[in-house]
Amino acid sequence: MDQKKKQDLIVSACLIAFILVVLFVLEKIMPSGNMLFVVLKKGAIYALVAVSMNLLNGFTGLFSLGQAGFMLIGAYTYAIFTIPPDQRLAVYQYFDGGVVQFTVPIIVAFLLAAAVAGLFAFLIGLPVLRLKSDYLAIATLGFAEIIRAFFQWDVLGPITNGSNLLRKFPTFDSVLFPFIVSGICIAIIVLLINSSYGRAFKAIRDDEIAAEAMGINLFKHKEMAFVISSAFAGVSGALLAMYQTTVQAAAFKSAMTYEILLIVVIGGIGSITGSCLASFLFVACSEWWLRFLDNETFIGAWQVPLLRSGFRKVVFSVIIMIMVLFYNRGIMGTREFSIDSVTGLLKRKRLPGDKKMKKEGK
Amino acid sequence: MDFLHANLPYILAGISVGGQYALIAIGYTMVYGILRLINFAHGDVFMIAGLVMIYAAASMPLYIALPLTVIVTVLIGFIIERVAYKPLRNAPRMSVMISAIGVSYLLQNLALYVTGGLSKMYPTIPGISNSITIFGATTKVVTVVTPVLTLVLVIALVLFIQKTKIGMAMRAVSKDFETSQLMGIKINSVISATFIIGSLLAAVASFLYFSNYAAVVPTSGAMPGLKAFVAAVFGGIGSIPGAVIGAFIIGICENIIKGLGWTTFSDAFTFALLIIILIVKPTGLFGERASEKV
Repeated sequence: MDQKKKQDLIVSACLIAFILVVLFVLEKIMPSGNMLFVVLKKGAIYALVAVSMNLLNGFTGLFSLGQAGFMLIGAYTYAIFTIPPDQRLAVYQYFDGGVVQFTVPIIVAFLLAAAVAGLFAFLIGLPVLRLKSDYLAIATLGFAEIIRAFFQWDVLGPITNGSNLLRKFPTFDSVLFPFIVSGICIAIIVLLINSSYGRAFKAIRDDEIAAEAMGINLFKHKEMAFVISSAFAGVSGALLAMYQTTVQAAAFKSAMTYEILLIVVIGGIGSITGSCLASFLFVACSEWWLRFLDNETFIGAWQVPLLRSGFRKVVFSVIIMIMVLFYNRGIMGTREFSIDSVTGLLKRKRLPGDKKMKKEGK
Repeated sequence: MDFLHANLPYILAGISVGGQYALIAIGYTMVYGILRLINFAHGDVFMIAGLVMIYAAASMPLYIALPLTVIVTVLIGFIIERVAYKPLRNAPRMSVMISAIGVSYLLQNLALYVTGGLSKMYPTIPGISNSITIFGATTKVVTVVTPVLTLVLVIALVLFIQKTKIGMAMRAVSKDFETSQLMGIKINSVISATFIIGSLLAAVASFLYFSNYAAVVPTSGAMPGLKAFVAAVFGGIGSIPGAVIGAFIIGICENIIKGLGWTTFSDAFTFALLIIILIVKPTGLFGERASEKV
């Protein structure tokens, strides 16, 4: 068994190294404006926030809709602490250069983003986590809106630049950066889910009363899941800020949370790999593959009806509705993608007697 | 008294907005009362009603456009329930809520496609868009019409629920979904009726609301929708008078906050109120105490 574990670990490490090398090579040989890179960058960022939401909704059973708010906190924290001092006068033009006049290294800024988002989550969680199901959803949605208003408040202008853009902070060029950061964070979440804490989360999801009877401190574990999830949402917010090169509080609306929720649902509530897969598919569909629907197209002299700007999003939301209605377990359900399952699938296809066996089994 | 005089325009605006929220909130509270579903798409149905009115009024006279808008909105509400919520009747509550979020996403994208992303000007409805002066404060006629119309509609609705057969069925279903089914109540027609009433009131609210704000964009429904939902929770979800009172309180407070120069926080206030009420009295002002079965 131990040998098997070791083998799996080596295979996974090889796979990850292979993906990183492929990305590195792709970046060298393809023009940097290619849509593929947009999808890969944004997909990696969304994967992280989707997994963090899945930790709450899928593994702890807390239906929270505050993700956009925590992303906002992360994005702002990162931006505020990394804008170079000589650029601050230009950015904080209405606030005399702002109060914060120093910068911290990017890694520290990321940790700060996680810490600040986590701190806010801790404070918000104290009252909110006593609520149940849809009341919790509405309360967290409400807090996300309050956070958004708070960051746009004039009085905080010297720190947050009011409702103006934050810009000129360091960003990334390479696809590898968001992949590595998201990858590390997701790995931490996976480790957490497989730990005894993770089992406690799942117990709470399945039956709160039974979990409490088994000696799990409900509030403590809920608060923990909420804080951790929000901290990683903060990190993904910081990544999003880097990707967009500017940050504005007004962009972090509840619509953003809904998109992330839909990613989680499409991937399968309770499946980490499902969330990752779905976020790449989601971004690719909405930004790239369905793009042709937005262009007016002629076949000969005949104009294809309906095709014009915005149609892509309509088709896309119809696809999502179909997913939600008919495949509401998502792509992966609660299963995880693993090398074993893939090799198992391949082996099964090769065995002709398999079908019969399955029938007999039933 | 000075305070009252200085803030009179805001209080008037608050009463007006409150009435509009009330009409939307009834849609939320009735659906929640029966299906235990937060119908996230309700605010977007309200927005669609605004858009339908704009397109209808552009090509036909107002006396046709108004009823047509109401009919189309009711149809949309009915279809949404049949297509997006009915198949999930036995699914977990969260799946239905996710479906509602999906519908909201679809309606917003549809509106974005149809309008091409431009904000559309709302037609002036003669009679309610004119200006009048009350106690020295200038405002639109719609400000005065809204609370009156709201009260009339609410009284009519309460009578409908108390006196008619379908109203009785609604009360029964909201008390106990399964038992009322066993008693021979046609659940599906009761639920459809609920959605039809909710959409009808949302259409009326859209006439009043957009006459005041003049422009409709695909996201115009989101905020009023959320606030109306907060009003419904505040008043005690499932209770119609509660939703109306909650909506007026929220409308007035929000506008007074705007009057004090805290516009950034007028939305945040609504949610702060929601969180306070959820923590202090989760059943709202007039809500029934629901006991959870283990």
